[in-house]
Amino acid sequence: MQRMVLQRILIGLVTLWVVSVLVFVMTSLLPGDVAAIVLGQSATPETLAAYRAANGLDQPLIFQYFGWLGNMVTGDLGVSKAGGAKISDLISGRLGNTMFLAGLVAIISVPISVGLGLLAAMYPGTWIDRSLTFGTLALISVPDFFIATFAVLVLAVQLGWLPAIANVAPENTFWQMARGIAMPLIVLVIVVAAQMIRMTRAGILNVMNSPYIEMAILKGVKKKRIILRHAFFNTIGPIVNVIALNLAYLVSGVVIVETIFSYPGLAKLMIDGVQTRDLPLVQATAMIFCGTYVILIILADVAAILANPRLRNPK
Amino acid sequence: MTDTSQAAEIENDQETTIYDELPDAPPKKQLKLTWTGKLGVGVVAFWVIMVFIGPYIAPYDQAEILDMDSYLPPGAPIDGGGTHWLGSDKNERDILSRIMWGARMTVGISFVATLLAYLMGVTAGIAAAVKKGWTDMILSRINDAILSLPTIMLGLLIVVALGSSIPILIGTAAVIYASSVYRIARAYGQEIMVMDYVESAQARGETIWWIIFREVLPNAAMPLATDFGLRLVFVVLFISSLSFLGLGIQPPDADWGSMVRSNLEAMQFAEGWGVLAPIWPALAIASFTIAINLIVDDISAKSGGDLAKKMI
Repeated sequence: MQRMVLQRILIGLVTLWVVSVLVFVMTSLLPGDVAAIVLGQSATPETLAAYRAANGLDQPLIFQYFGWLGNMVTGDLGVSKAGGAKISDLISGRLGNTMFLAGLVAIISVPISVGLGLLAAMYPGTWIDRSLTFGTLALISVPDFFIATFAVLVLAVQLGWLPAIANVAPENTFWQMARGIAMPLIVLVIVVAAQMIRMTRAGILNVMNSPYIEMAILKGVKKKRIILRHAFFNTIGPIVNVIALNLAYLVSGVVIVETIFSYPGLAKLMIDGVQTRDLPLVQATAMIFCGTYVILIILADVAAILANPRLRNPK
Repeated sequence: MTDTSQAAEIENDQETTIYDELPDAPPKKQLKLTWTGKLGVGVVAFWVIMVFIGPYIAPYDQAEILDMDSYLPPGAPIDGGGTHWLGSDKNERDILSRIMWGARMTVGISFVATLLAYLMGVTAGIAAAVKKGWTDMILSRINDAILSLPTIMLGLLIVVALGSSIPILIGTAAVIYASSVYRIARAYGQEIMVMDYVESAQARGETIWWIIFREVLPNAAMPLATDFGLRLVFVVLFISSLSFLGLGIQPPDADWGSMVRSNLEAMQFAEGWGVLAPIWPALAIASFTIAINLIVDDISAKSGGDLAKKMI
């Protein structure tokens, strides 16, 4: 088992490395000379050459890559091209905001979705199951930003309960914070929960088709007992897997939702960086997002290995 | 899979029948849709027609500025005569006309991208399943790397690197989604390659191409077609999301995702039902994606729901 887990972690590290190559190559493909862009109209050939030498731009791409990777690993994320602030300073506050939002979403959506998924799986084909399956299907097939705009229309514009723009500042009181964060929170919970309910339901129904459940049914065990005593413990693995996958899915959900509500998080910072073509900033934020994603996927796989007795105790 | 192979064998036994097609072709499946599936087909057909004729029957041009006021409510009269059936947008353009024009961008581009993704994914996936060995190994590892990134992040990076234009958008979406197509095509290919009828074809000494086109692809066609629908939904959502972030289709071309984005402020500034300005294009996207899902649900319910389980 340890070998399998180690192997999975190793593959994950390789993936992370491939991701770093991908991010670097992608951002250095950008047409145009960085030195010319930074120095602008006043650049002379001498200042251009000096800038390139100072920033290592005259080096071959492969050296630039390893320099960048080395700095990244040691925590030096570089300097933003717009404004010249240190990227680690720009990121630190934003990262906290995004983690706060994502953490709250996870705390709220996980119990709700596991509960509802369980409920749908316990009564398959009934109106509870049907309405849950159809409702979640509708929710996962519309874009995130549709749910967000609709929520703004109803909760902010028509009812006036919540502000349409997320307003988060350190000096806010707790209630102001809660009101400010409510809208992005609600939207993300809806988006993530819809996916998770479907996956939980599918996971449990999958287990319900296995022979030992059939055995339990045949010997006359009550349905509730079958689900709670026989099926549930065997679905913990798949469910943990589902949860980790969905937290990974949060990564992309956050990009859209932070933009709509102008939530001062990491994703908003990245989109701003994309729009101003601030490469070091985009590289750093993209690495954080992709890294988190890869780590969550690894966690999902490890959970799946740990939860499966056959994988845990190989012959 | 097993029932089709058995059916094919039965067909092979009846040597005396006159065949419409080659005896080893899989039997044609009868597809009956429920009313939700039919509704889905209707909605999808409507938008497909819009892709072709939308710009010609739209009341106004997508970039035509019609009045002095933005965010007019649905049904508001236009100064020069005529009506904004769905209201007007931020730049005083007719929303209904822009949605009709936008079908070409959103649905058309997504369809081309999905088709391209399929071409790449199925070719590589079947090649990996048939060739095995190193081809499979290399293709699968490249694929894992692409799949291990969040799609929207990968899209953002490519669009930042190469700039946003329609060919680049199509290429980006195609590459990203080809990787998931690859996985499915490879899985089906592997499953089919060990079937008896493929082995007998190999024993007959058929070439690899014959086996791919006459044995593997026809048998994988139905599940792949269902998956095509789901993939198309993902591509529509992906391209709309990029447009929504301002990195997809560029103005003044109308596209449903960017229409939501540019009219978002109507929520705060518009009066009366003018606030619906960003809702209409979003509804257009939702109607298309839900309709496809309804069709796919119907088809996969028929084929035992295997595919649906794999997709979740």
